[in-house]
Amino acid sequence: MPAIEVHRLRKEFMVQKNREGLAGALRDLFKREYTRVVAVNDISFTIPRGEICGYIGENGAGKSTTIKMLTGILVPTSGDIRVNGFVPYKDREKFVRGIGVVFGQRSQLWWDIGVIESFHLLRKVYRVPPDAFKRRLDELTERLQLGDILNRPVRKLSLGQRMRCELAASLLHNPSILFLDEPTIGLDIVVKTEIREFLKEINREYNTTILLTTHDLQDIEALCSRVIMLDDGKIIYDGSLDELKARWGKGKEVVFRFAAPVRPERLAALTEGLGVEWMIENEYSAKMIIPRGEDALSAAISRVVGKLDIRDMTVSETNTDEIVREIYRSGSAAVTA
Amino acid sequence: MIGAYLDFVRLRFLTMLAYRVNYYSGIVIYAINIGAYYFIWNAVYGGSETLGGMTAAQMSSYVAVSWMARAFYFNNLDREIANEIRDGSVAIQMIRPYQYLAVKMMQGFGEGCFRLLMFSVPGMIVAALLFPVDFPDDPARWLWFAVMLLLSFFINSEINLLTGLFAFFVENNEGMIRMKRVAVDLFSGLVIPLSFFPGWAETALKLLPFQAITYLPGSVFTGTLQGGAIAQAAAVQLFWMVALLAPLALVWRSARRRLFVQGG
Repeated sequence: MPAIEVHRLRKEFMVQKNREGLAGALRDLFKREYTRVVAVNDISFTIPRGEICGYIGENGAGKSTTIKMLTGILVPTSGDIRVNGFVPYKDREKFVRGIGVVFGQRSQLWWDIGVIESFHLLRKVYRVPPDAFKRRLDELTERLQLGDILNRPVRKLSLGQRMRCELAASLLHNPSILFLDEPTIGLDIVVKTEIREFLKEINREYNTTILLTTHDLQDIEALCSRVIMLDDGKIIYDGSLDELKARWGKGKEVVFRFAAPVRPERLAALTEGLGVEWMIENEYSAKMIIPRGEDALSAAISRVVGKLDIRDMTVSETNTDEIVREIYRSGSAAVTA
Repeated sequence: MIGAYLDFVRLRFLTMLAYRVNYYSGIVIYAINIGAYYFIWNAVYGGSETLGGMTAAQMSSYVAVSWMARAFYFNNLDREIANEIRDGSVAIQMIRPYQYLAVKMMQGFGEGCFRLLMFSVPGMIVAALLFPVDFPDDPARWLWFAVMLLLSFFINSEINLLTGLFAFFVENNEGMIRMKRVAVDLFSGLVIPLSFFPGWAETALKLLPFQAITYLPGSVFTGTLQGGAIAQAAAVQLFWMVALLAPLALVWRSARRRLFVQGG
């Protein structure tokens, strides 16, 4: 049995329209108009046990809505979901015992009480036997270095400390599936790295299935063997990260710093006919992108260098960030190759 | 699992205790209310023995005990739920293996217990020193009153949960929350005992759940209701406590389908 099975999952919201002006407001008072918004548009995927899967997409692409349906918070408009063998929104109370959830932007700990008190309350809520709880807590305390902060109230923790506590809280009942919605948002690089390492360990040792959404592609590179990319409610890519890079990432980019201000039209005119693209950072700096398969590197550079005064220049491969940005922009990862 | 629910009572109680300074102002407000109503009713009675089936002494006891009972059954569950729905933290509640509404009810109960001990009991003693309050001398009556007070809490909280859940259906249910508060204070007999309403209004109000919150337990405490009428009053409360579960379950079910989480 796979950890997560989703078939033609769909979620629509009715959003209230506010008509303009006083007359509109009066009419709204008696008859509301609604617009139908499709947040998740008939998506299907399967995630086997033990996989770490990254779920990415722009803001508003439908990532969080999907996670909320998978965790039983939202009821789908149509389609089938099976997570851990359950239909999440139906057997909600039984189902949530087997999953852990972390929302990066919301705390699941009780604000006013000490961390350890929150943990004890969760132990009772999830009915974890005391000895199993103790073992689990000791292990999590050691791995996430919670020793010093267990007795502090949650509102006095830094974001990094809180996020480590949130992770511990979501794992106290030893769930087989862990959902992470932007777990590293706002964290510094040290904490991010620690959390990634921790998630990898948990996945290795307990074969925990992890589905995470993130805007930080380093999370994906560090953790995920598989990426599902969402745009406008539809899956536009589902496959390995390596493949994504291989197909999209062969392009090179050259960053120029100019001695004098340069207008974008000038740059475009310089490299006309070579099939390169320009991204203007400011009037002194611009990035030239040479698509994969275009053998125009030296021609393009010589044209620019020949006409303009260059202060600095770097050449690099496009990184994942850019690949993804490019896919978002075009709205499709349907590779023609 | 019962253990977890009891923990929510305990935690809310402790949290309230930590913020107890907030409640000192409340004591003053309640004292002013009791005093004001006491003097108003004194003026209304003038020289007369009984009005609306209550003696002047019963009335002052009624005013004092009604306000102190209010301190116990009153809570802001409606506003808490509305806020959790508005800011989206209700999502966190849905990933936990418990009944959200039951947890809310327990938190309200923890708050009620805090107010009962820190507020109602001392407040009642102070009120008895300042105004002529007749305490029942029959222990059975005390017992009935205690049971009915508990039922008041449940009925009032169920109404609060219902009001709060309306935040799922309208963008802003603040107006409804305020309207409900006024309705409960007026229709429950806190401001004016039911027997003082015109006949038609009294009949209508007796068909509503509000009277079960203040009027019935207050009447038992002051001795307006005697003998079999006491059990009958408790039965009416019990009826409403059970009857309100049905709309609550219905609203909750359709709210689950309507739920969408703000902010992503």
